[in-house]
Amino acid sequence: MSSDETTVSGAEDRMAGVEPVPGVGKPDPVLVADGVRRSFGGLTAVDVEHLEVQRGTITALIGPNGAGKSTLFNLLTGFDRVDQGRWSFDGEAINGRRGHQVARSGMVRTFQLTKALTRMSVLDNMLLGAQRQYGERMAGALWRPGWRKQEAANTERAMALLERFRLLDKRDDMAGSLSGGQRKLLEMARSLMTEPDMIMLDEPMAGVNPALVQSLLGHITSLRDEGRTVLFVEHDMDVIMGISDWIVVLAQGRVIAEGRPSDIKSDKQVIDAYLGAQEDEAEAGEGDDG
Amino acid sequence: MDILTILAESARSAVGPVAAIYALAAVGLNLHFGYTGLLNFGQVGFMLVGAYGVGISVGVYGLPVLVGFAVSLACAVVLALLLGIPTLRLRSDYLAISTIATAEVLRYVYRAGFAEPLTNGVYGLQNLSAGFRSINPFESAERYGFGVFNFSGNHLWVMVATWSLVGLFALLTWMLMHSPWGRVIKGIREDEDAVRSLGKNVFAYKMQVLVLGGVIGALAGGMMAVHQAAINPDQFKPQVSFFLWAILLLGGAGRVLGPLIGSVVFWFLMNFTDGLLRALGSEGYLPFLSGPDFGAIQLAFVGLLLVLLIVFRPQGLIGDRKEMLINVK
Repeated sequence: MSSDETTVSGAEDRMAGVEPVPGVGKPDPVLVADGVRRSFGGLTAVDVEHLEVQRGTITALIGPNGAGKSTLFNLLTGFDRVDQGRWSFDGEAINGRRGHQVARSGMVRTFQLTKALTRMSVLDNMLLGAQRQYGERMAGALWRPGWRKQEAANTERAMALLERFRLLDKRDDMAGSLSGGQRKLLEMARSLMTEPDMIMLDEPMAGVNPALVQSLLGHITSLRDEGRTVLFVEHDMDVIMGISDWIVVLAQGRVIAEGRPSDIKSDKQVIDAYLGAQEDEAEAGEGDDG
Repeated sequence: MDILTILAESARSAVGPVAAIYALAAVGLNLHFGYTGLLNFGQVGFMLVGAYGVGISVGVYGLPVLVGFAVSLACAVVLALLLGIPTLRLRSDYLAISTIATAEVLRYVYRAGFAEPLTNGVYGLQNLSAGFRSINPFESAERYGFGVFNFSGNHLWVMVATWSLVGLFALLTWMLMHSPWGRVIKGIREDEDAVRSLGKNVFAYKMQVLVLGGVIGALAGGMMAVHQAAINPDQFKPQVSFFLWAILLLGGAGRVLGPLIGSVVFWFLMNFTDGLLRALGSEGYLPFLSGPDFGAIQLAFVGLLLVLLIVFRPQGLIGDRKEMLINVK
């Protein structure tokens, strides 16, 4: 963990001088969202005035159940449609794009309920993540020499990632035979196959046994250390305080606070809205608003 | 009563033209459901537009049979697009509902009064096989084969053509499914959101599959037209789709040879139960039943066999049980 601390402080440097107030501007934002709104019936699930996510940091998105975290995730990644709002990724407006288009532009997401493709092998799961495959076009698929080389290169990359995520010896197993934690690892590894600039993790620790949590944390920080941006939703406060460079707090769809972990810990509004209520609500999950 | 004759007759029809036509349509359904998970309960709709594509081209306009098949394929593509554009973005059960409805609507349209100039309404179209038979390499009046497996030249020609198409499209299925394209398709069957999150245009893939499987169904319909020489809309009732589902599940969904084996076994069972009931009836063992009842009893009997199959061998005859048993959630 000592090596982690040095990198955390490295990322914190980038956030130096940023005021811990909702909607604050960041020195080098990779994601900028403005006026993002989504309501279900009469209920406003998300109403974010302005939000910036700093490039190359781990940003946590927290909030009580029903705060709209998963909904915001779905909106930003094109898995749900906004009522209104604009957002840009890496300087390019991506609102209105569909899920697969957002993924292609370099912002990849995972899911709260892990979506390992259970009746496919672990390696096939990985290979699905590779982009611009000639063999994924219907006509191209029939001309094997056209994609064989690319497939071999992708397989090599997949093997390296599986090695890194300690799944290499499982490569020929069905993904459905993996444990919950291993599926989380697989999902993370698979998302890296797309070579994303930004990774959105929806509750990466949910349902993972404590022994694997440390290893998952290590993987998340290593994503940041490779220069990727990580935005994640999580409930476990120890996890959040331990690895986040920046924390954004949502309540009733709005950003009520943001700041470094130390700022958030002492924020009165946050304690009222979330931390005080954590004990009894952490278990319930957030499936109801996703 | 001669059980051997019934068995032999059933075996003969299990490889006959009808079994071949159903196998072909089931190859298309296998692409839809077996690999992609699209719940298409209206495969008969594709067969209908296929049969009438040939029927109207040949029977009404006197065009060559190959032009008729081209028209069939074009109709199937149009139908798949019309069906897919509004429904493929929705959850899969909507596709199930709309396919079964669409196939029935098509049947009513083709038999409707206003369509009569083209379709001849409920009377259907006749004399459709002359063109196909004119390119028959076999002698139409001669009988070919050995033992019980003997067929007239005309039937043999339909069989050779249709089973060849079955083989061709089974090979195509194999090639596609052993490619990165097939990997995306199987991924969609498992969880389309996951595939979407990896940058794949799920809608486009599902549309490709719907078109390809539909085109294969239409080819089967076209073969039906040239085999029977006469078609009418009421041959294309929903039960044809259900037979195709039974064939697919019987053989093994998501297996290249599943539809082929399923069709052979299914038509063997159909003909065997039919023959058996009729024989028993004529011998006086079934005094409480009259002729028309046999059909219903026979379907119930086949249904029972299928239920037993689902209970004891849910993966179908050649399916992979290991794959079936993995919890899909």
